[in-house]
Amino acid sequence: MNVCEFSFAGQRLGALPSGALWWPERKMLCVSDLHLGKSERLARRNGLALPPYDTRETLDRLADDLERTNAETVLCLGDSFDDLEAAQALPSAERLRIAALQAGRKWIWIEGNHDPGPIELGGTHLFEWRNGPLVFRHIAEDQAQGEVSGHYHPKARIRVRGRHISRPAFLLDQKRLILPAYGTFTGGLRSSDQVLADLMDQSAMAILTGPHPQMMPMPR
Amino acid sequence: MTQIPARIGTWFSTKGWSIHPHQHEMFDRAQDPATLLIAPTGGGKTMAGFLPTLAELADGAHTGLHTIYVSPLKALAADIKRNLRTPVDEIDLPIRIEDRTGDTSATQKRRQRADPPHILLTTPESLALLTSYEDAPRMFDGVQRIIVDEIHALAESKRGDQLMLALARLQRLNPALRRVGLSATVEDPAAIARFLARHPDPCQIVQADPGPDPDIQMLETTEMPPWSGGGAAYAIPAVLDQIRQHKTTLIFHNTRAQAEIFFHNLWLANEDGLPIGIHHGSLDRQQRERVEAAMVRGDLRAIVCTGSLDLGIDWGDVDLVIQIGAPKNVKRLVQRIGRANHRYNAPSKALLVPANRFEVVECVAALEAVKAHDLDGEPRGPGPRDVLCQHILIAACAGPFEAGDLYKEMTAAGPYAHLNRAEFDACLDFCATGGYALKAYDRWQRLQQRADGKWQLRDPRAASRIRMNLGTIQDTDTLKVRLKRSRGGKPLGEVEEAFAASLTPGDTFLIGGQIVRYEGLREMVVEVSRRADRKPKIATFSGTKFATSTQLSDRILRMFAQEDWPQLPSHTEEWLALQRQISRLPQRDRLLIESFPSDGREHLCVYGFAGRNAQQTLGLLLTKRMEDTGLAPMGFVATDYATLIWGLDAVTDPTPLFQRDALRDGLDTWLAGNAVMKRTFRASATIAGLIERNTGGQRKSGRQATFSSDILYDTLWKYDPDHLLMQITREEAMRGLVDFGRIEAMLERIGDRMDLLRLDRISPLSAPLFLEVGKVPVKGAAEERLLAEESERLLQSAGLDQL
Repeated sequence: MNVCEFSFAGQRLGALPSGALWWPERKMLCVSDLHLGKSERLARRNGLALPPYDTRETLDRLADDLERTNAETVLCLGDSFDDLEAAQALPSAERLRIAALQAGRKWIWIEGNHDPGPIELGGTHLFEWRNGPLVFRHIAEDQAQGEVSGHYHPKARIRVRGRHISRPAFLLDQKRLILPAYGTFTGGLRSSDQVLADLMDQSAMAILTGPHPQMMPMPR
Repeated sequence: MTQIPARIGTWFSTKGWSIHPHQHEMFDRAQDPATLLIAPTGGGKTMAGFLPTLAELADGAHTGLHTIYVSPLKALAADIKRNLRTPVDEIDLPIRIEDRTGDTSATQKRRQRADPPHILLTTPESLALLTSYEDAPRMFDGVQRIIVDEIHALAESKRGDQLMLALARLQRLNPALRRVGLSATVEDPAAIARFLARHPDPCQIVQADPGPDPDIQMLETTEMPPWSGGGAAYAIPAVLDQIRQHKTTLIFHNTRAQAEIFFHNLWLANEDGLPIGIHHGSLDRQQRERVEAAMVRGDLRAIVCTGSLDLGIDWGDVDLVIQIGAPKNVKRLVQRIGRANHRYNAPSKALLVPANRFEVVECVAALEAVKAHDLDGEPRGPGPRDVLCQHILIAACAGPFEAGDLYKEMTAAGPYAHLNRAEFDACLDFCATGGYALKAYDRWQRLQQRADGKWQLRDPRAASRIRMNLGTIQDTDTLKVRLKRSRGGKPLGEVEEAFAASLTPGDTFLIGGQIVRYEGLREMVVEVSRRADRKPKIATFSGTKFATSTQLSDRILRMFAQEDWPQLPSHTEEWLALQRQISRLPQRDRLLIESFPSDGREHLCVYGFAGRNAQQTLGLLLTKRMEDTGLAPMGFVATDYATLIWGLDAVTDPTPLFQRDALRDGLDTWLAGNAVMKRTFRASATIAGLIERNTGGQRKSGRQATFSSDILYDTLWKYDPDHLLMQITREEAMRGLVDFGRIEAMLERIGDRMDLLRLDRISPLSAPLFLEVGKVPVKGAAEERLLAEESERLLQSAGLDQL
């Protein structure tokens, strides 16, 4: 697997092709914005029957990453479920799948703005989690230091030799690291958007996901 | 047989007109269940359609709706309303005529449903919408006749399939409904008759006198056409000359972008200040209406236009049609030429202007085909099922239905006559549950079956969303363009979202014939200011591109085989000779492949002459094979005669790329991940109701916006590859954008006779391909290599490469 390594708050971290964050020293895998059950929620709310395979696809990719990294701790950085009903309506096959992934690992659910709060799935539920110099929370805060967050579904777009390439992306500067959304049916917000441009300082970098994750100055 | 009422006959005589034989015949056949009239423009087609209606309504005994007139254009409905008013008022007939289109006010629409006029003029979409209301049976009670205008155009698109499904519904409400189709000259009238008639009703075809052959020639210019490009700027002085010599000239272009460039150049050269307008589908509606009105008043000497003026309004005074660029299709050329001179039995006058030297060849071939009355066309195949899905939802909006009844109703529509029950049931299941192999939405089904077996909407509120998304016209994502608020905020038109995204403030581009400067994006509107600039960018507009027909391609290859070309202008003759000298000319029974470097990339040009769509597919298949063999292709572009592929490495041996069995066997797998399939999927998924274009609210911008339909496609491909929408996508692509049949025919023809020529630079024949729009990117190894390069470059230039 091609991993883009970088240092943040004094730690060596790796951006995986899938958009997961790998912290080798703690053997920890961090994923954000899984939005499990999104298709169910759309059917319920809008009457649209999108392909009901998004949860399976997201978990397939997560299982892949877990197998490759052999992670001991998994941290889901919020918006893991699309809403409470979506969490409750999760088919038993997918619940079992999550339980199987959790077996033998420490599992932490961080609360997001979509999340229902603690639900009947194993693991610890927290608002935020500090570990060494890093703090993990769903939405970036003003006075951040060593903060790892999600929420914005960042993506970056560049133009090279006449070609536009747009990929979900990690954004990182001196103080914060924002993860791309990991869920299958999730859109993205360009790094050039005002919200992200304001949030990240001038030295910010973007790591574009894909078979070979690549780091470059954040497109503004 | 009834007689034409005396006062109608008298009115004709007072006008000094006589009733044409085909108008008589249409009148005599007024009681037939279906009739198709084939007549040239100006042949009194509309009157032939309406004469029986006027006669039947003359005594004032009929109450409620009597005749529905459907045309593909809103403007045409309004125009017909004006034209019908004259005889109705002058003969003093007790007839109420109204139109109903997307532009009709809500109040007017409500009133029409409660108290319909005698004659309703409308569009396929508005008619389909009317059938979706619960009170449709009341509104349509007693309808006698339906007139479908420009049916040759409708029969080529999903709008026509939609219309025929709506007619099937009307016919069920009124079994005695009689159908009339009005068509321009076509190659296969019987196919249109089957399309129009209720299956299996007979449909008589009435042929009007086609009139004299058109007077059609190449425009003679002192300047030579360029080696490449589509602007035809060289012909500007000669075109201006022609405009001066005629009353009104229509100047047709194949694409909106070309129309914009030509119009711009025309203005720069228009020293006499001749009044010339521009008209195409991406311009703001008000602007288009102003041009149409000016045209009707006779204020304009010329209009630069696209297919948006292929149909419709009778411009009485047009005495010359100029076609810029190769016509691609002989039938369409003949129909366009018919736009000039609407006087019956006068020859239409037309000039062809090739935009570059290759098009000279194509224009000459087309001229020969017109003279030989050799019209082209491919049969269209059965009605697409995405439209059927939409109509199942529309039927559900109108009220609960029995599946068997709806199946019977829909198979009475010509395009769906051969739909089997299993296919119908799959569409119904898709509408109800999504139709997935994994049953997931039991609680949230869109349609539910009641205890009595009838199907109905689970949530009745869904009806308004379904109505809002009705229709089959795919507007690719476009953004409105308007002047900055401080400059008046005037709307100018729209451009493709991808084009807008490529702009940075200060860039200039052409729209509606003026050069504007991009100022910024504000609430999803492109804001611009006026700016005179020499070299504007060219806005990209969506618009259909037609493939050059098999017949025309064959004519061109036959011409290439000649030793010399006395029928071609000398410059083109010399160009072909140069190609023969530097490289070779393509032959019908061999495949010519050129390989050369240019602009830091390697290029491969494959002259298959299989038409744009098949050449596009060939591009997809070849780049996939190149990707697999590590040749790092970056993208390709296809025209009607060749595919140009560029990449990081040169091809030295084409044989493994063209192994026929591998091409054929792998087609399905290879096509799976490419952009053409995803584009096709997006269109079908939108029509079938899986994706909504309109949600009632405003379009979201930025923040975690909607994910792309590509992800839906990828997910289905991975987990449910046999899903109905995947089947529809494959069918659509195979007959439309993929056109694999023409590749097979080509491979069959050439056998193993392939010639790879290595050149040191671009060949004369390949040059035009470099300027083609619609380049398809290949997202493979080359993209990863480029990303790595760019990352390194950027990090280095930022001094961050040691990070």
